[in-house]
Amino acid sequence: MSRPTVVVAMSGGVDSSVAAALLVEQGYNVIGIMMRLWAEVRCGVASTNKCCTPEAVEEAQRVADLLGIPFYLLNVEQPFKTYVVDYFVEGYLQGITPNPCLECNRHIRLGVLYRHARALGADFLATGHYARVRRLPDGTYQLLKAIDTRKDQSYVLYMATQEHLAHLLFPVGEYTKEQVRAMARERGLPTASRAESQDLCFVYDGDYRRFLARWANGAIRPGPIVRRDGTVLGTHKGLPFYTIGQRKGLGIAHPEPLYVLAMDPKRNALVVGTREELGADEAQLIRVHWIAGHPPAEPIRVGVKIRYRAAEVPAWVTPTGPDTAHVRFERPLRDITPGQGAVFYDGEVCLGGGIIARAFLKHEEPAEEPTEHTV
Amino acid sequence: MQKLRGMGEERGERQAMTRQVYLDHAATTPLDERVLDAMLPYLRERFGNPSSLHRLGREAARALRRAREDVAQVLNCAPREVIFTSGGTESNNLALRGIAFAQRAAGRGAHIIVSAVEHKAVLDTARDLAERYGFDLTIVPVDSQGQVSVEAIAAAVREDTVLVSVMYANNEVGTIQPVADIGALCRERDIPFHTDAVQAAGYCSLDVKSLSVDALSISGHKIYGPKGVGLLYLRTGVPYWPQITGGGQEGGRRSGTEHVAGIVGLAHALTLAQEMRSTEIPRIRALRDLLIQRVLSLIPHVYLTGHPTERLPNHASFVVRGLEIQGVLMGLDLAGVAASSGSACTSAAQTPSHVLTAMGIPHTDAVGHLRLTLGRDTSEEDIIYTVDVLQTVVERLRTHVYQP
Repeated sequence: MSRPTVVVAMSGGVDSSVAAALLVEQGYNVIGIMMRLWAEVRCGVASTNKCCTPEAVEEAQRVADLLGIPFYLLNVEQPFKTYVVDYFVEGYLQGITPNPCLECNRHIRLGVLYRHARALGADFLATGHYARVRRLPDGTYQLLKAIDTRKDQSYVLYMATQEHLAHLLFPVGEYTKEQVRAMARERGLPTASRAESQDLCFVYDGDYRRFLARWANGAIRPGPIVRRDGTVLGTHKGLPFYTIGQRKGLGIAHPEPLYVLAMDPKRNALVVGTREELGADEAQLIRVHWIAGHPPAEPIRVGVKIRYRAAEVPAWVTPTGPDTAHVRFERPLRDITPGQGAVFYDGEVCLGGGIIARAFLKHEEPAEEPTEHTV
Repeated sequence: MQKLRGMGEERGERQAMTRQVYLDHAATTPLDERVLDAMLPYLRERFGNPSSLHRLGREAARALRRAREDVAQVLNCAPREVIFTSGGTESNNLALRGIAFAQRAAGRGAHIIVSAVEHKAVLDTARDLAERYGFDLTIVPVDSQGQVSVEAIAAAVREDTVLVSVMYANNEVGTIQPVADIGALCRERDIPFHTDAVQAAGYCSLDVKSLSVDALSISGHKIYGPKGVGLLYLRTGVPYWPQITGGGQEGGRRSGTEHVAGIVGLAHALTLAQEMRSTEIPRIRALRDLLIQRVLSLIPHVYLTGHPTERLPNHASFVVRGLEIQGVLMGLDLAGVAASSGSACTSAAQTPSHVLTAMGIPHTDAVGHLRLTLGRDTSEEDIIYTVDVLQTVVERLRTHVYQP
C-alpha cells in the first residue's frame, strides 16, 4: 500500500505551514508548492506581490526544509494576470466591486494549481484554509465551515466542485486558530498569518484607487450624484471612490444625511438617498455554483453571507437557471454590493454561492432580465 | 489523529522513487574525486599565501605556478597569459571591461560587437558598457539554429570596433559557434576577440593559437572542478585595464589573494577534461543521440532546438510544445531526474529566454524549453529511465493542465 501524495499550497504563513506539518505527520507523501503571482512592480527576480514576497518565499522554503519535503515555486503570473487582475480592472470599469480572492481560488488555486497537483501525480491538494470536507455515505462531498467559525473561510471556496472536494484537504479546518498557533510554536514553524490578510495582494502599496488610476483609468470618471428620482445633487469623483452605505465624504450639502444607495454604471451615476431609503432586500446572482452539483428543485431558506466577514442573514434563494438565482433577504441589508460573492449556508454546510449582479433597493421592482454584468 | 483520507485508494501509483539521474551538467558538474584530492592539501596544511616569503608561502606559490603551467599547456599559451579569477562571470567582465576601457583610452574607438545568444555575463556587461559608459554596441543576430555567421560579424565590424565577443558554445541550446573563423577575421582586422568558453571547455579544443582568440573565459565548476574559481586567458599585447586593483596579484591584472586550492583544482580539472576528450566525447555523444532519438520518437509535439550537428556532445535541448516547462521540471524532479530550462538564472521568471527568442522561437514554444545535459556518470539506463519519466510527466500535464 503506497502512501497517498498531497501537494500543499504553501504561503510561508502559519496556516499552510501547520497544514503541511500535519500531513507529513499523518504519513502523507507531501510536496510543497508556492505560487508566484503577478505583481504590479517587477524588480528583477523578486516579486512585490504580497502573497509571494521574497521573505514569504524564504519562509516557505524554510518550512519545507524543516519538514523534509520538496518545495517548488509555480509561476502562475500569466493566468493570475488574466483571470484575477484583468477581471478586477474590468469589473471596476463596469461599475462593480469585484472580489479578486474569489477569482484567485476559482481559477488559480482550484484551477491551475489543482491541475498541476493532479498532473504531478498527487492524490490531493491541501491548503491552509479554515474549512472542512465531509464525505457522505452516498459518496458525495460537502464543504463545511471550519471548526473555528470565527476563522471560517468556506466563503472563498464556494466554487469548489464535487471533483475538487474529493481531492481537497484542509488540515487546519479541524482546529481553532489558537490550536494552530500552538501547534506551530511546538514545531518551530512560523506563527504569523500571511495569505489570509493579503486582500489585493497584487496592489503593492495597498492603494487600490491609485492602482485603478494606473490600470483602469477609464473607471475613474466624475459623474452625477443623483437621488432615486433622478434629481442631480452634485458631482462625484469616480464610482470606485465610493462604497455602498457610505455617508461621509460625498461633498454635497443637504438638510438630512445622505447615504450611497447604489452605483449606476450605465449613467456613471452615484445614487444617494436618506437613511430610510438605504438598504436592499433582494439581489440577482450570476455564476451561481451549487456544491451538490445541481440547483435545488425548489426555493430554499438558507443563511447568506454577502461578504467574507459579513454575518449570515436568513434569506430565500430561488434558482432561476442552472447558474443564476434570486435572493430575498428577510431583512434589508445596507451593503449588498454587485461584484461580491453571496454564499449560501445550511447550518455548517456551505451549499454554494454566486456573484451579486444586482441589488434591489427596498420597494424596488426587480427587473425581469436576469443578468446585468457578465464579467 | 485524524484518519488518512485516500490511504489505500485506487490512486497513488507513485512509488518512492530512489533512482537519481542528474542531467543538468550545463548548470554545474560534480567535483571529480581526483580534483578534490589535489585540492585538499591546500585547504589544510598548505594554507600559505603565495605572496609570503616563508616556506608555506613558497609552497603555495609553487602550486600556483604549476597550475598556471598546466593551464598554459592546455591552452597552448604562455603561463603569464593566464589570469585566475572567481569564475566565468568575472572572467567575462574582466575581458569586456578591461579591454574596452583600455582600447577607448588608446583612442581606438568605442564600438563593441557581441552575439545575441551570449550568456548574460557577457550580454549584460556589454549593455552596461553601452548604457552607463557610452560605448556603442552591436548585437549580432543568429540563425534559427543559434549560430552566428562570420559574414554577420564582418558586416558589423567598423573602423572604431574595439572588441568582439562571441561565445564558444551556447549554454541553453548547445550550439557551437565558428569561433576559429571569427578569430581569423578579427585577427586580420586587428580587433581583440574574446570568447566565453565556459560551456565548451569540457569538450572542445582550447588551443588559443589555432582559434585565434585574444581572450577566453573558463569556469571551474562546469568541468568537474570547484565553484568560485575560473580563469581568463589574455594574450600578451592585448590592451587591458585591470578591473580589480589592490595587491597586484596575477601580474597586476587581477588583485586579491589567490584561491590556491581552487586554482589547483581548476587546473587539474581542465587537464583531466582535455585528456578525457578522446574517450568521453564519443561515449557521451552516443548517449545524447540515443536521448534525442527516444525523446523525438516517443513524445509527441517535441522538436530539437539548436544546431543538429554543431552542438556540444553532451547537450540536448528541446521545445515541448503546448505546455510550460515548469510542471515538467517538477515532475522530473519528483521522479529523481534533475533537468532544467534555459539558463538556471532565468528559470525563476517565466520570461522567455533571450537565446530562444533570438533564434526566432515564438514565446508560446519558448516556455516549453527543456534542457538535458549529460555528464561523465550518465549511463544508458539513466537515459531510458529519463525518457520514460518524461513521457509520463508530459502526458499527464497535457491531460490535466493544458487540455482540461
